[in-house]
Amino acid sequence: MTEETPSGGRRSLARMLGIGLVASVLGVGLGLAIDWFPVQASTQASTIDTLYDVLIAVSVPIFVLVSVVVLYCVWRFRARPGQELEDGAPIHGDTRLEVIWTALPAVLLIALCTYAFVALDDIEAAQPDERRIRVTAQQYAWSFEYPNPRGGEPIRAEELVLVEGETVRFDIRALDVIHSFWVPAFRMKRDAVPGITTQLRITPNRRGRYPVVCAELCGLGHAFMRATANVVSRQEFDAWMAQQTQGTQERGG
Amino acid sequence: MAMKLRAPGWYRATAFVGLGVLFALGLTSAVRAASGLDPVIAGEAWLLVGLIAVPLFFLVGIGCFDYWFRWAAGKPTVPEDHSSHGAHSWRDYFRVNTDHKVIGIQYVVTSFFFLFIGGAVAMIMRAELAQPGTQIVDGQTFNGLFSVHAALLIFLFIIPVFAGLANYVIPLMIGAPDMAFPRLNALSFWMLPVAGTMMVASFLVGPFASGWTAYAPLSTTQPIGQMFFTIGVQFAGASSIATALNFLVTIITMRAPGLSFFRLPLLVWANFSTSLLVVIATPFIAASQFFVLLDYGLGFNFFSASRNGDVLMYQHVFWFYSHPAVYIMMLPGFGIVSEILAVKARKPIFGYRMMAFSLLAIVVLGFTVWAHHMFVSGMQDWIRVPMMVTTAIIAVPTGIKIFSWLATLWRGVLHIDTPMLFALGFLTMFTLGGISGVALAMLPFVIHVSDSYFIVAHIHYVLFGGSLFTVYAGVYYWFPKMTGRMYDETLGKVHFWVTFIMFNVTFAPMHLVGIEGMPRRVSDYPEQFASWNLAISVASIFLGLSTLIFVYNMVSSWVGGPKATANPWRALTLEWQVSSPPPIFNFDAVPTVVGGPYEYGVPGAVHGVFPDPDKDGADAAKQQPATTPSVAQ
Repeated sequence: MTEETPSGGRRSLARMLGIGLVASVLGVGLGLAIDWFPVQASTQASTIDTLYDVLIAVSVPIFVLVSVVVLYCVWRFRARPGQELEDGAPIHGDTRLEVIWTALPAVLLIALCTYAFVALDDIEAAQPDERRIRVTAQQYAWSFEYPNPRGGEPIRAEELVLVEGETVRFDIRALDVIHSFWVPAFRMKRDAVPGITTQLRITPNRRGRYPVVCAELCGLGHAFMRATANVVSRQEFDAWMAQQTQGTQERGG
Repeated sequence: MAMKLRAPGWYRATAFVGLGVLFALGLTSAVRAASGLDPVIAGEAWLLVGLIAVPLFFLVGIGCFDYWFRWAAGKPTVPEDHSSHGAHSWRDYFRVNTDHKVIGIQYVVTSFFFLFIGGAVAMIMRAELAQPGTQIVDGQTFNGLFSVHAALLIFLFIIPVFAGLANYVIPLMIGAPDMAFPRLNALSFWMLPVAGTMMVASFLVGPFASGWTAYAPLSTTQPIGQMFFTIGVQFAGASSIATALNFLVTIITMRAPGLSFFRLPLLVWANFSTSLLVVIATPFIAASQFFVLLDYGLGFNFFSASRNGDVLMYQHVFWFYSHPAVYIMMLPGFGIVSEILAVKARKPIFGYRMMAFSLLAIVVLGFTVWAHHMFVSGMQDWIRVPMMVTTAIIAVPTGIKIFSWLATLWRGVLHIDTPMLFALGFLTMFTLGGISGVALAMLPFVIHVSDSYFIVAHIHYVLFGGSLFTVYAGVYYWFPKMTGRMYDETLGKVHFWVTFIMFNVTFAPMHLVGIEGMPRRVSDYPEQFASWNLAISVASIFLGLSTLIFVYNMVSSWVGGPKATANPWRALTLEWQVSSPPPIFNFDAVPTVVGGPYEYGVPGAVHGVFPDPDKDGADAAKQQPATTPSVAQ
């Protein structure tokens, strides 16, 4: 290596490009192979997970590019014995290169934003026949209110019971400080803010029990402010609802 | 003794602190008595007023205001004997000093002191998080730990340590004898230990526990410990604003002859941009914390929903400062890295003008992205999309900088020593932080990961892998200039590698646990996250211990390191053209700048010329062979 003069010509560039390409492919492969997300339990989850895969595929080559250039320069252009007092090539800039690395990232970012905007529209789209559930957050518990099918007092539950395949619109409110309603398996989150009602739309599509988490620091019990979202079939839900309405009637009677 | 109590210093400061305590007691008791409140002596009211009054009494006592008071009282001015200029022994660092070089070192050492406290606090946190369940601290104390950790490291470390390095270097770099307002500079510094002591002292009454973000109405309904943050931030913020004004005036008015803006080293550009951000943005956090103080102390109900308060307004005002603040915590680092890469690669900075303009672009764009911290906050939906676009676009000027640094390395002659290692480490780690930042702009994704450990990972890649790496790079780089001694290169390299590896082992897995569903700011977590958290906690111990290598190197080298020459790095910028450490007023003769700061490899290039002391200073510059073939950039 020592015979070569550190000129950094076309061959150097090509060699570096080759290394970068291989490293990028490996990196993207690794990024996609990692099991990042919890189980997908809503239609929103698959949209978001796909977006993340795209982000991995775009990001990894950029990181690899920077790292490979740094490592290659360290290896190729480091001061060899005898070069202690030498200087590098007095290159002050290159307008064409600078235009490229300003314009190209801008185009890429606008493209990503457009994609993200479409995806956002997709996951937040209103659906016909949404069930409305009221979520109430207070230090340090969640409660859920369903409209009473027989009219009268709404049904209150400590557990969030949802129907598989049915879109739910949550009306979220807080009684004391800010909380945040998050179900990682659904990938969706919205703060519960005192004084206003916030909305969130989720379409669960996989039966099972998933944690409901408070994501906004709300005081000493924040870490323990958890509930369960139970996604069930329509029959199971109806049975549960019947049981609940009976409960309210007994209490009311 | 009476003399000592009259002269500025620690005796008088102690006496004045006592007076401040009595003043707070007297004021609260008098007001309570007059209002018919019972009891007349109320501990919390006394403490709250004391938190504001005692620091002011302290600042008067230590001597920050002596000159101005004298002037205001119409007393004959004391002829300036420069007795408060320069440090002749270590004791001078514990006095009110107006020398920017002394203040710079005071800043840096004080900031590092709070870095170590903040780091130790983080290690207690990681100990608690090593296993699920509650082992060491309860929920409220844990909330206090991460709140104090973040508040110290943001307001008492990253922001002031950059101000400290710049304080030392910038007057030297621009050929000035000092900062524009040396007394204001001293006052700026002394507000810092006040703010830091206040935040640490909150442990005496139960630390503030609503995060460094102090979201209302949680912060307005917390125990009294919260006020140690609310008021402490005011002192740190005032310090920050005063320093920024000082930098702006210094940079605009005190440049050496010939030092036009486009001949300024990029560190000066970076601090110019940062100071603009500070001056415009910092009043907003001051406002947000005054709102909290008034809500808490006097029942103003700005943020109580039941009294028509607006809870989201707090977040808007807070982030209107705190987003620009992330650039306040990064731009000076960009400046440091530009200096180091040019000198250590022996090459001009690639695309100097774009490097300067991209800083200004970040300043402007930095004010258009604040609500991306509020994507799931429940604010109006439509504003999220424009904020997503601006947040993504701000990566363009940052990208210009990264690519220009890479191009600066290309075909250089790279000297891979400790400052260079940290600069290169910054380049790669900050790129990762930037990439996760772009991911966090993408709305559907951020809905899932906001307030999760993914955010914790991102901010540590930006602030630790980004800012702290540049701070280390800068401290090693200017250590010879500041102390007149060389640091130990081997220890420096060991420090870098241990930090670099353990940093990644600590923070990289946090991306994963965040996406998997672990929220941030929790003292406990489900079993499924246990193994990653244990690994993170173990790595964080080594990351914490790595700072001991740094401390040992700094202290032992300062005491007994080999003497440094004036210009050990063969740099062109002006601070290296004077002795190490520099003379008391920096330049025995004012230099004239005749070329760009990074003309490495250009034959015969000169940045500044110094008049020959033997000849008449006025026309000496002309007699120097000012050969500058490619000055024009």
